[in-house]
Amino acid sequence: MLRDITIGQYFPGQSPIHKMDPRMKIIATLLYIVMLFVASHPLSLIVGIAMLVLMYRVSGIPMKMITKSLKPVVPIIIFTSVLNIFFVSGDPLFQFGFIEITRQGLMLAILMSVRILCLIAGSSLLTYTTSPIELTDAIEILLNPLKKVKVPVHELSMMMTIALRFIPTLIEETDKIMNAQKARGADMESGGLMQRAKALVPILVPLFVSSFRRADELAMAMECRCYRGGDGRTRMKQLHYSHRDWIALCIMLVSIAAVLLLNRILA
Amino acid sequence: MNDFIEARGISFSYAMEDDPNPIRVFENLDFTIGQGELVAILGHNGSGKSTLAKHFNAILLPDEGQLTVDGMDTQDNDKLYDIRQEVGMVFQNPDNQIVATVVEEDVAFGLENMGVEPSEIRRRVDQALESVGISEYKTHAPHRLSGGQKQRVAIAGIIAMRPRCIVLDEPTAMLDPQGRCEVMRTILDLNRNYGITIVLITHYMDEAAQCDRVVVMDSGAVLLDSTPKEVFSHVKMLKSVGLDVPQATEICYELNKAGYTMPTEVLSVRDCADELQKLIERTYAAKRKAAKLGGKK
Repeated sequence: MLRDITIGQYFPGQSPIHKMDPRMKIIATLLYIVMLFVASHPLSLIVGIAMLVLMYRVSGIPMKMITKSLKPVVPIIIFTSVLNIFFVSGDPLFQFGFIEITRQGLMLAILMSVRILCLIAGSSLLTYTTSPIELTDAIEILLNPLKKVKVPVHELSMMMTIALRFIPTLIEETDKIMNAQKARGADMESGGLMQRAKALVPILVPLFVSSFRRADELAMAMECRCYRGGDGRTRMKQLHYSHRDWIALCIMLVSIAAVLLLNRILA
Repeated sequence: MNDFIEARGISFSYAMEDDPNPIRVFENLDFTIGQGELVAILGHNGSGKSTLAKHFNAILLPDEGQLTVDGMDTQDNDKLYDIRQEVGMVFQNPDNQIVATVVEEDVAFGLENMGVEPSEIRRRVDQALESVGISEYKTHAPHRLSGGQKQRVAIAGIIAMRPRCIVLDEPTAMLDPQGRCEVMRTILDLNRNYGITIVLITHYMDEAAQCDRVVVMDSGAVLLDSTPKEVFSHVKMLKSVGLDVPQATEICYELNKAGYTMPTEVLSVRDCADELQKLIERTYAAKRKAAKLGGKK
């Protein structure tokens, strides 16, 4: 039952977006988020939506994945929209008793919801098209300057890699422990919230114990393979920026400029 | 044969905190492993075999005595990584020694730690994968492989570092028979065709029977140290320290005890079958002879 969980949401593919350097993909995603927040008029967000549709088309990720990624944020969007619609003061558009809807409120509600939608869908594309390992590599390199201020960048990325590596192993183990406890008569499916939470204890305890043992063994295996931290370490896979990445960067910068221009015109 | 690993009078004990009586694992132990040897170390749980193995690449250091690897003292901190590069180690659970999320990345891990050039890493990784026969899985996630394949990934990760010796601590204990077979074949191949010294710690007597030399340990001391044939002829002694002999040897031993003449130095199933056939033919011939004699009367 736990086996169906997929780690990350990576869709392997051969599109130009898949082939982009993961570092540039992260930069481009950040620029996209900047663009969404620079847009101050609902109409200038059209650029954001257009970019989104274009990127999904190019990447070959099915459009229905957008709706899938947006599901969890729907409550937030509804909440912010309601707040904006009813509580922003300005020129009244519609009045019903004490309820007043203003033009500014409506605009802000649209602006905020479209912004959040684009934000989530856009950043999901990063995880859809980049494998977790590429992502950790890219984060390690991008954060490299922070080493100067004693941030343990290599250690953090090693931790991420190991975490990713052990997710499937631990899922399998949880599954085994659950079955073992069920075979001993543990009841995990009935009862109230408290009772169910209590039923998790006999699963979590062995899981923790075995994780510590695994960690110990892994540390020894890493030592045997001459691991001594990030100093003097090389990487087999070197990342290279290609012309594709520079084009992507240009597109992002041009669209930010376009949004700024639209803001001016519409203001 | 040159001594590659040489232990002289080493003692080791696990010191527990605030425990006045540390657990002595072995005391004043002498041990050598020659260059290019294929050695099996046998012993039941707690006999000190794994602890000894961890001394071979300076994971543990002896309390007393000296252990040298290719002339380098394991106490010498400057040589630590040279020793670990020369003596690789493979553990029991393949899941707990694979670091990366992609097979080839994991094989590259040791080389990356050593600071080898990227192009050279690529070459050695491909070679290592080739030599253990898992090239086709190089871009797979390790958790999708079978136990035997995972263990071979772990071995590939070690041989990519070009060690002169590999210590395997019960590498087949968690595998199914097929995986065990795959791993054993890889180990034998590495020894015979690449000249890598192998120290195999195992519980399976059939695996030990395939080695050149078998060392039996019991409560921290070397009990027997000889060729498999010689070692496994001491059936009684092995049983007394909680060990078995290969099934083929056991059959011959039991038959011998029951009064049939069988050689006791049989190790493989093949040889055992041959000997059994000879025995049957002999008995049959003897019976016929007896029948003939009886008929004449």
